[in-house]
Amino acid sequence: MQVTRDFSHYVRDAGAGLQHIDLAVEGVHCAGCMAKIERGLSAIPDVTLARVNLTDRRVALEWKAGTLDPGRFIDRLEELGYKAYPFETESAEVAEVAESRFLLRCLGVAAFATMNVMMLSIPVWSGNVSDMLPEQRDFFHWLSALIALPAAAYAGQPFFRSAWRALSAKTTNMDVPISIGVILALGMSVVETIHHAEHAYFDAAIMLLTFLLVGRFLDQNMRRRTRAVAGNLAALKAETAAKFVGPDEISQVPVAAIYPGDIVLLRPGERCAVDGTVIEGRSEIDQSLITGETLYVTAEQGTPVYAGSMNISGTLRVRVSAASEATLLAEITRLLDNALQARSRYMRLADRASRLYAPVVHATALLTILGWVIAGASWHDAIVTGVAVLIITCPCALGLAIPTVQTVASGAMFKAGVLLNAGDAIERLAEADHVIFDKTGTLTLPDLEVMNAADIPADVFELAGRLALSSHHPVAAAVAQAAGARSPVVGAVEEAGQGVRAVVDGVEIRLGRPSFCGAEAQVGSVTLDPEASIVAFSKGTEKFILTVRQGLRPDAQAVIAALKARNIGIEILSGDREPAVKAAAHVLSIPEWRAGVTPADKIARIEELKRRGMKVLMVGDGMNDAPSLAAAHISMSPISAAHLSQATADLVFLGRPLAPVVAAIDASRKALHLMRQNLWLAIGYNVLAVPVAISGIVTPLIAAAAMSGSSILVMLNSLRARSASREIV
Amino acid sequence: MEILVILVPLALMLGGAGLVAFLWSLRSGQYDDLDGAAWRAIADDEPPQEAPVKR
Repeated sequence: MQVTRDFSHYVRDAGAGLQHIDLAVEGVHCAGCMAKIERGLSAIPDVTLARVNLTDRRVALEWKAGTLDPGRFIDRLEELGYKAYPFETESAEVAEVAESRFLLRCLGVAAFATMNVMMLSIPVWSGNVSDMLPEQRDFFHWLSALIALPAAAYAGQPFFRSAWRALSAKTTNMDVPISIGVILALGMSVVETIHHAEHAYFDAAIMLLTFLLVGRFLDQNMRRRTRAVAGNLAALKAETAAKFVGPDEISQVPVAAIYPGDIVLLRPGERCAVDGTVIEGRSEIDQSLITGETLYVTAEQGTPVYAGSMNISGTLRVRVSAASEATLLAEITRLLDNALQARSRYMRLADRASRLYAPVVHATALLTILGWVIAGASWHDAIVTGVAVLIITCPCALGLAIPTVQTVASGAMFKAGVLLNAGDAIERLAEADHVIFDKTGTLTLPDLEVMNAADIPADVFELAGRLALSSHHPVAAAVAQAAGARSPVVGAVEEAGQGVRAVVDGVEIRLGRPSFCGAEAQVGSVTLDPEASIVAFSKGTEKFILTVRQGLRPDAQAVIAALKARNIGIEILSGDREPAVKAAAHVLSIPEWRAGVTPADKIARIEELKRRGMKVLMVGDGMNDAPSLAAAHISMSPISAAHLSQATADLVFLGRPLAPVVAAIDASRKALHLMRQNLWLAIGYNVLAVPVAISGIVTPLIAAAAMSGSSILVMLNSLRARSASREIV
Repeated sequence: MEILVILVPLALMLGGAGLVAFLWSLRSGQYDDLDGAAWRAIADDEPPQEAPVKR
């Protein structure tokens, strides 16, 4: 049977006879990797561009159309030691990138305008106390207006648009007071300039926009980055399937290019990427990712299989009933939708702050105007003082308080092996006080481990590992990995559903079911572990039994202890059988556990805890966990999780240890603390500055100094979030 | 004070030049990979004896 790989779905035309593909690459961390990959790929003839993006962990490749097969790049990267996956940019990510660039352009315009207006303002400020002629001052004011007005009209767009949207929807947000403040400040300054007045606030208005755009850009940039991570994760899931393109010819194609009615081949050791029905073949399948159940299910003609199931022993032909986006169990989808709706009701800290902020500020400004009029001032003077209050209270530091901390904290978490999938994840994670763990794949490692390798002579074990290389069975893969086997045994024959055999130095060796190796007698001698699978190995007349199971993550016990030390409640909710869950709970000394739980039960449990006022952190990996991940206050998934769960989880952690869970909680708690502190700093500054503004003695110089002073203070405070990730467990 | 006739346009021109340079750098994708750019600056040049590399 011929297998080809078809990447045409991902290749796009770059014009001028060139073709372009984006690859997501695993394990690119440093300059060395970057240079190695770029040189390695550029050395292929006809490649015109090979550029690594270290921020997004991607490679952009261009080559002369029709000369190369994209599969060759992936093979070349494999040779260099990197796993690469073709990558399709989601439309949401394209929008984020465009938005990010727009904000940066606005920021550039505002920053340059600020610098130039400042250059004109400082002579005016110093001229006011020395010998500047009124005509010269007017000239400088007009020049400032010439720069500031068009710059504000352009760079203020993000705020004006958002404020307009909020007002049309009859609500208010942080951008409403910002827009009102900026427009009033600019308008008043123009009027004052026309009347040859001493003070104009062009500098304050444009500087305010600059600082706010910095905050807005940082916030957007973090969102863009998390989106890029999510996009890469989707690509790394390697959602491809072997589709029959002829009676005897199969092609490895991306799931996006598979349609209902197609027939795909599912080989042993492969994970199914589609929903469908078995039309030919017989095998055992592992549905633990979908149901949490670790016992294998027998699949034969007519058995439905779901995306995420692992095929264990035999080869299956599957007729696709739903592909790509539709590959979900209906029940899970429905639960997921409900849960996601509930979550969008969460209100971010910044929104809560602004909801309080706007009415207070506007009321203060209005009272100032009325107060001065009653005190006998002219309407003109009263309005000027009122606008000065608006300018000085504009939420400059408030706009920076949260994004700066988020940017620094997400960088620190990234270093600790935690990727953010949602922008407000930090705030919600910091509030978590109860953790629910799924067992399979979360507390335990997703791959199998040989438990009794120490009981078997090293040379025998090595031989078993080499033999295991010839099989696709996941148990065999575990044996091969545990033995560190590199070179397969020559002439090994796999018997479907039985095992592998070969002849070495005239002695027959077999690896597989105990019956296949004639080792039934030895099975009883091994202590029965409810979760373990048993595989036998025979070399001539010598027989050995290997037990293989999913081991706990290496630091699971330490992490559970660390969580308890932080006064966080812990429980296990698993779809697996009771003995298996009980054993794990016992080892980890977690008193609260439930086994055989359905997705709906998991949600019910979370709702119950919510009603008791607990903020639940759900850590899970299976497709059956996806709805509960969405229902929980905050959720985390390991990188090995089912695609759907990973897309739903707020955070994703990398690697084998469980420690990132604790590290993320610590980092986010510290970050939330700093955010609150920043908000208080910003409010404290307002409390000091507002009386000065109300009294009417504010000059543009005071406004500018106060604004930049408070912003810098807040930014410096945010940098303290950097040290958050240092102490793990 | 006639010096203003020269200084003010000069200042505006310099500011404008800076802005144009920034917008150009933005458009040519120089802010797309800030992490990578930091490393590229200190990367060694390609050794000349390697196979000819197409750019």
